[in-house]
Amino acid sequence: MRNVERLCLAHFWVAFGAFLAAAVLGTWQMWVRSPLGADVGTPGQYFMSVTAHGVAMGYVLTTFFIMGFGYFVAVTALARPLPGKAWAWFAFWMSIVGVIMTTVPIATGNASVLFTFYPPLTGSPWFYIGLVLVVVGSWIWCVLMIVAMAAWKRENAGRPVPLAMFATVANAIMWLWTTVGVAAELLFQVIPAALGLTQTIDVGLARTLFSWTLHAIVYFWLLPAYIAFYTMAPRAAGGRLYSDTMGRLTFILFLIYSLPVGMHHLLMDPEHGNGTKFIQVLLTAFVSAPTLLTIFTITASLEIAGRLRGGRGLFGWIAALPWDRPMVLAVGLSFVMLGFGGFGGLINMGYGMNAMIHNTSWVTAHFHLIFGGSVVIMYFAIAYEIWPRLTGRGYTSLAPLRAQLWLWFIGMMVMTLPWHWLGLQGQWRRVANFNYADPIIAGWGPWVIVSFVAGLVLLASALLFVRNLLVLHLSPQAAIARPLYALAVHPPQRVPAALNGFALWNVLVLIVMLLAYGYPIAQFAIAPSPSAIVHRIE
Amino acid sequence: MTELHPEMHERRILGTELLWAFGVGVLVAATLSMIVFTALTMNINPPSNVERIDPKALHLSGEFAEHNLGTTVAADGSVTTRVVATQFMFVPRCIAVPQGRRVTLRFSTPDVIHGLLITGTNVNTMVVPGYVAQVHTEFTRSGDLLMPCHEYCGIGHSEMWATVQVLPEGEFKPDSEGKVSCAQR
Repeated sequence: MRNVERLCLAHFWVAFGAFLAAAVLGTWQMWVRSPLGADVGTPGQYFMSVTAHGVAMGYVLTTFFIMGFGYFVAVTALARPLPGKAWAWFAFWMSIVGVIMTTVPIATGNASVLFTFYPPLTGSPWFYIGLVLVVVGSWIWCVLMIVAMAAWKRENAGRPVPLAMFATVANAIMWLWTTVGVAAELLFQVIPAALGLTQTIDVGLARTLFSWTLHAIVYFWLLPAYIAFYTMAPRAAGGRLYSDTMGRLTFILFLIYSLPVGMHHLLMDPEHGNGTKFIQVLLTAFVSAPTLLTIFTITASLEIAGRLRGGRGLFGWIAALPWDRPMVLAVGLSFVMLGFGGFGGLINMGYGMNAMIHNTSWVTAHFHLIFGGSVVIMYFAIAYEIWPRLTGRGYTSLAPLRAQLWLWFIGMMVMTLPWHWLGLQGQWRRVANFNYADPIIAGWGPWVIVSFVAGLVLLASALLFVRNLLVLHLSPQAAIARPLYALAVHPPQRVPAALNGFALWNVLVLIVMLLAYGYPIAQFAIAPSPSAIVHRIE
Repeated sequence: MTELHPEMHERRILGTELLWAFGVGVLVAATLSMIVFTALTMNINPPSNVERIDPKALHLSGEFAEHNLGTTVAADGSVTTRVVATQFMFVPRCIAVPQGRRVTLRFSTPDVIHGLLITGTNVNTMVVPGYVAQVHTEFTRSGDLLMPCHEYCGIGHSEMWATVQVLPEGEFKPDSEGKVSCAQR
């Protein structure tokens, strides 16, 4: 067991180290583009920073956190040793090498293509090869998760896989499907171009392949938060999970509907017709279902807890919840941000309405609120929940933990609400500096300053988070009384095979993906479009 | 939990979840109906003409050659504006469009991915090398608007924008070749 705890902590510290660096960069960027930082930094430094911020938050924080969390769940939820621990360490070190290979060209300004690449712009080949290594490391993790669940099922024939592990494997399988798009783009198009082997690139195809990955990757980041909602929050609040079956169904729906929706990122693109765009908007609408089901089931679970603690009346149970516990507080704050962010998301997927906000600050606000807000605050809560179990030490006070969560929530809300507002007025994304002398832009200045101040609050919260974990490492040993995982009101004795594995659902994913991406990708072979000359920025 | 509350019986929980799921289904169906309705009756669709053009040669001849750029009024009175988006400027840097008339905007690029929006309007499109991006719109108010590049196209991206002059009908005067240029102010 000791070794698994070291494995988890190693992953988590890499994740949160990258997170802290990225938080510093993000705050700096907001200073540079505000009226206060008009003379600070060059565009070259700004886009270097944007690239580093995106890579660190989107690829390093998430991938390492999810891998570490998966190993933890595999050992604790299945209560058996992790199979292939040596492979897990191998994947860890390979991913570390990948991160270093990626970081060096970014830091030397040879990969300022942002974390979403934009070919025919190409940076140093090491940038992409490093990212491929991280992805291959995560593939090893996926296989280990699948193997761990299969081994448990062999030893426990007929019994339902614990929900936390079922959900983790759903995420692993989804990630294997998800990465096919970006892997194809990098291996067949971008890396040959970056190496100088090819001089032109089919940009429409590259964008389409990237869109395959671009939306589902967000659900890969999101699912740990949902795992905590279902399997940790009800217990932390002192109640039970309302329905285990709805939990399984939710994660299956995520597996199916996360993937065939990426083209809503291409609604404003000229390389696809309205038919294929509309099909994916249709499927995007369905992906709201698992989230809406989750909100209901988790709220019901918290209501059980509130009533067990003596809450009365229609809303009295809310006040009775133990809000002093970081996990419960984080779930509440996460739901508020999910509400605002989800509403914004409806506009983004709204086919025609998307034209109002595409590539404006609205979109930046949306994903910062959903991912940076409702998901990352759950990463904090998960870390706070399992760190004592990894270190065998206890918090001397929960007050700094609660303060950190509140600061993150306030910072995210105050940062992203002005961004939404400015986006509606047409403030566009990805700019190093605005010309505040322009009469249209001048009025935006105060709001940009407000969001920069919120960025400082977020930075303070990020520092406090890392400080809280470091303090715990130095705290006295303490036994943990409370079990981690929630029981359902009716713990399942047997579940249908379809709710206990993924064979059937993989077939369904294949069919839906052929429907959603078959023609859109095939069209580039049927009627090849003129390719663009590669622009190397090295 | 020893004495099970009536709300907590397994069938009751299943029933409640299914009722909620039905509500979710109605919500999703209503949202999609609105999208279909506005697409079919008001023609609110994303720009998706899928029209190919060779980025390596578009500036040499054809509609995106220099003398064809800017705003042109055709013999039938239709207004078309053609713009090349290139690192790190729009050509031309200022376009004149009429107020209250349907305008067709056509964009292409010889180099990398660009995108644009026009502040205060519904004009928004990506400009992807290999394709012509086309948007139809009607400018309702006169005055100057900003047309920035909204997709990262390189280090100079932040400096890439154009001005859109929306001219009232009386000031929108095509020359003998049907061309309209920005008014000097």
